[in-house]
Amino acid sequence: MATQLKRTDLVFKEDMDCNALMHKVMKMGKDEFINQMMDSGLKGRGGAGFPTGLKWKIVKDSPEAVKYVVCNADEGEPGTFKDKEILDKACEKVIWGMALAAYIVGAKEGYIYLRGEYKYLSTKLKIAIDKMEQQIKALGINFTLDLVYGSGAYVCGEETSLLQSMEGRRGEPTNKPPYPGDIGYLGKPTIVNNVETFVNAMIIAEIGAQEYKKLGTKASQGSKLFSVSGDCCKEGVFELEMGMTVQQFVDEFGDGDTKAVQVGGASGFCVPRKEFAKTIIGFEGVPTGGSMKVFNSSRSMYNILENYLIFFEEESCGQCTPCRVGTQQLLKGVQAVKRKEKPKTYLDDLLRLAYTMKYASKCGLGRSVGNAFRSIIENFREEIVY
Amino acid sequence: MSNSEEFISQLADKHGRRRESLMPILQEVVDEYYFLNEERMVNIAKELDISTAEVYGTASFYSFLSTEEQGKHVIRVCQTIICDMKRKEDIIEAITELIGIKPGETTHDGKFSLEYTNCLGWCHEGPAMLINDEPYTKLTPEKVKDILVSYMKK
Repeated sequence: MATQLKRTDLVFKEDMDCNALMHKVMKMGKDEFINQMMDSGLKGRGGAGFPTGLKWKIVKDSPEAVKYVVCNADEGEPGTFKDKEILDKACEKVIWGMALAAYIVGAKEGYIYLRGEYKYLSTKLKIAIDKMEQQIKALGINFTLDLVYGSGAYVCGEETSLLQSMEGRRGEPTNKPPYPGDIGYLGKPTIVNNVETFVNAMIIAEIGAQEYKKLGTKASQGSKLFSVSGDCCKEGVFELEMGMTVQQFVDEFGDGDTKAVQVGGASGFCVPRKEFAKTIIGFEGVPTGGSMKVFNSSRSMYNILENYLIFFEEESCGQCTPCRVGTQQLLKGVQAVKRKEKPKTYLDDLLRLAYTMKYASKCGLGRSVGNAFRSIIENFREEIVY
Repeated sequence: MSNSEEFISQLADKHGRRRESLMPILQEVVDEYYFLNEERMVNIAKELDISTAEVYGTASFYSFLSTEEQGKHVIRVCQTIICDMKRKEDIIEAITELIGIKPGETTHDGKFSLEYTNCLGWCHEGPAMLINDEPYTKLTPEKVKDILVSYMKK
């Protein structure tokens, strides 16, 4: 396939001098750097897309003496593996990005919450952390960073659930508000950012908000890492500008017979072929934390939907009824329709259930189950029924 | 490995006796003894001065903190969609053929447990599995057999 998509190479570029950038920000001043962050339009790279500059400002402005910086490295969304790639190939940028955040908001302690599945990366990370801690000390900044591990729970990628887990509890999400920026780890104001977001903060420190804004679109500024897998001509992690259409993406990565693209993982949206040309990848269209799964016409959309529902049914924390019972009933429901034990109109009842879950569930997990469910049922109903 | 009391006391010295020390202690107990039983959870509760129900409640939430008997080497095969499309079932079959256990089971000698797990983050190199902390990717039935044989010797 012809390469038409413009590639960017900021995240993995090797010549970043993190120590010098830190020095640069110290000379610039905290308020000016916060302004740069806000001006850059950077939105959190985990998927939810909260403006990062604003998050930092909230924590910076808090009068509390003790604050924390937490890196969410609990990358569990099916089809996402870009954070692993960053931690493997460019972890010093993440660590320095955390130190930068700590300096800006006045935190002295930071934690990387690394999913248990990525524990094999910990030796490498510890070495990089030790090195950073020494260098930052020489700059006169008091900041220590520790690694903590998840233990195989998808929901802990949700920030309040992650903090519960760090505090030694079941990883059950709590109601928002309060947000972690006000009441976070151990009740203190806490920045929780995705791995890629911290790297982007360093990129903004390096090139400035003006240059950064030249990438992407107004609603989705900067470049983004995409985890590409499935029926593709090439799989892996690719850094691209947001704002492309699914068609442009498929032309670059598809195998020539692409039937659907799941954008944003199991909690994201399924885009069918007829929508490729008019669907924009980014916050103005289909948002994504980076997961792009490509399916060709040999794949059964029923199997894909059932696989997602098994995933959600297992990973629902079980705390709130809409999600706990909803995920079970959606799974049982599509299986029953497939086996002809329920009429095909039952799918409409299930769609109503998914709608209820969207509004009644406590956290993002239950609220987003309906995304994949509805977009697959509406576009591939015949494959689910027959 | 008869008495976990001393080991857990050392872990508490290392990680502290606060509530937020619980996860690292649970994780290291599982690393050492492969799973959590009643005795271990009671000892952890004593060290942290919390109820055993709190310890069990926390541990049972996490799929990697088993409260039931588990083997020395836990094999976790990714079951999520891309690995599923890349024929993870062939991998399971090869494992079952070689060590005689199905997902959810442990070998009689306590050496291996086999489980399905959710997305391991290796979709681009699937099918994938973890053995303990180590990921293995681009698996084929032949490759899996070689890997397992190397663990049999450990």
